[in-house]
Amino acid sequence: MIEIQDVSKRFRGSAGETEVLKGVSLSIRAGEIFGIIGRSGAGKSTLVRCINLLERPTSGKVLVNGRDITGLSVTELRKARQGIGMIFQLFNLLSSRTVFENVAFPLELAGYSKADIKATVEPLLDLVGLADKRDAYPAQLSGGQKQRVGIARALASKPSVLLCDEATSALDPETTKSILALLQDINAKLGLTIVLITHEMQVIKEICHRVAVLDQGRVVEQGPVFDIFTAPRTEITRSFVRDLVDRELPAGLQARMSAQTDGNPVLRIIFTGPSANSPVISDVVRRFAVSMNILQAHVDYIQGAPYGNIVVEAQGAEADIQAVTDYIRGIDLRVEVLGHVPGHV
Amino acid sequence: MSPVMFDLLLDALWETLTMVGVSTVLSALLGIPLGVMLVVTDRGHILERPLLNRVVGAIVNAARSTPFIILLVAIIPLTRLIVGTSIGTAAAIVPLTIAAIPFVARLAEASLREVDPGLIEAAQAMGATPKQIILKVLVPESWPGIIAGMTITVVSLISYSAMAGAVGGGGLGDLGIRYGYQRFQPEVMAVVVVILIVLVQGFQSLGDILARRLNKRQIGKSGP
Repeated sequence: MIEIQDVSKRFRGSAGETEVLKGVSLSIRAGEIFGIIGRSGAGKSTLVRCINLLERPTSGKVLVNGRDITGLSVTELRKARQGIGMIFQLFNLLSSRTVFENVAFPLELAGYSKADIKATVEPLLDLVGLADKRDAYPAQLSGGQKQRVGIARALASKPSVLLCDEATSALDPETTKSILALLQDINAKLGLTIVLITHEMQVIKEICHRVAVLDQGRVVEQGPVFDIFTAPRTEITRSFVRDLVDRELPAGLQARMSAQTDGNPVLRIIFTGPSANSPVISDVVRRFAVSMNILQAHVDYIQGAPYGNIVVEAQGAEADIQAVTDYIRGIDLRVEVLGHVPGHV
Repeated sequence: MSPVMFDLLLDALWETLTMVGVSTVLSALLGIPLGVMLVVTDRGHILERPLLNRVVGAIVNAARSTPFIILLVAIIPLTRLIVGTSIGTAAAIVPLTIAAIPFVARLAEASLREVDPGLIEAAQAMGATPKQIILKVLVPESWPGIIAGMTITVVSLISYSAMAGAVGGGGLGDLGIRYGYQRFQPEVMAVVVVILIVLVQGFQSLGDILARRLNKRQIGKSGP
């Protein structure tokens, strides 16, 4: 669908050349929601603009629907851009046009007739839930409504790709959720390929199928969202995951655990994969002569699959506890011994 | 006031309105496109032509720094070429227009530069041509500012027209000088000044209303 091949981008500034993208390669499949996450300055804005050539790569190729768009003539590129919708962090709506006229804008550019424009725009306003605002001006809308107009406008020319440039970064968490739900809905209904860039883990977790982590102009990790975030391999990815799942143990527990070599073991059970839904704690307590004291627990859902970790203090004979960890590993969950805390006896 | 004086005032008012009206329209027709050109040919803009931009910018600056009274006499040959004479209301329109064009261009340029670059980027992402970006994004988005600029132009032209009047163009300024100053009739001077004040007030209010009506950026703001 979209192939980014060894794309580099250098900018010449007053302080000499800066390389914003350093040989980025990505392959985005038709119909998926692909996220690109990075801190500010990682180059993600430039990267997403290389897909519709708002930024021209210094070197490398960008293939959209099998066609190398870096080799197109000016006219061909304009035509190709009509097949790639884009929404923006600050919406970029025309303040002098009503909601209807904003959504009609790309169709006007492409030379559609008034009747065709009306026939296209009205269903889109229904789709984004703004039919009653058709004659309002952007200044009369809330941020979430403005982004809905942006989405309707981006969809007007029936693109096969939608690029989202920090589309929810200027919105509050509640509105972000509703916009993400709309994007997911569009992805499912229209089979649209969505590429979104963000610095927010929450956005990736909520709707992306696959993700690439961009750091200082390089893709440091990419793959299915669930895999990347349950088993991050780089420090930058780990820092994003920390935003989402706080894996730090409470200070009080850490203090009690330090310098202990015996006592009750503290176990961390990590839930991923098919057994994540099974009632492990109660199973273990019923089967073995141990009791479990839950010290910290966090369960989250990434792409609908549960992911979490529970930190417990296990109380019982050493052999029984060993049997418990073997049992848990036996059903394909991960378990690690973090340390020991003094027993109560 | 004598009926003769009343007629003189009416004629002078009409001459002033003609000079200001025609030169406003002409300077808008030529100055606004020039302002657009100054913006879009600038470095990093949609029709980047840095050399052309610098040359035109220099010409505009030169025209703007020439005192109007000097411009008035300096272009007499050009005026003769265009209207056939260098005296009269029609002849006064030429220097007024030439002085107003760079003025309008700079004011239009300032409004056009305030258009959010994000809007241009969005239009480019939709496959807009440079012409479409100018006509459907840049100009409509900066209309309120351009109208405000044209209001300032009208007010300046009213004042310049008095100077043009003094060299044979007629109009209110000319009348005020001839009767009020040279023939010692201060009441004529006073009436002329009052009419000019009313004119300026009227045009300013009209321009403000128009600009406000066109400005859709600040209507009924609701929360985010």
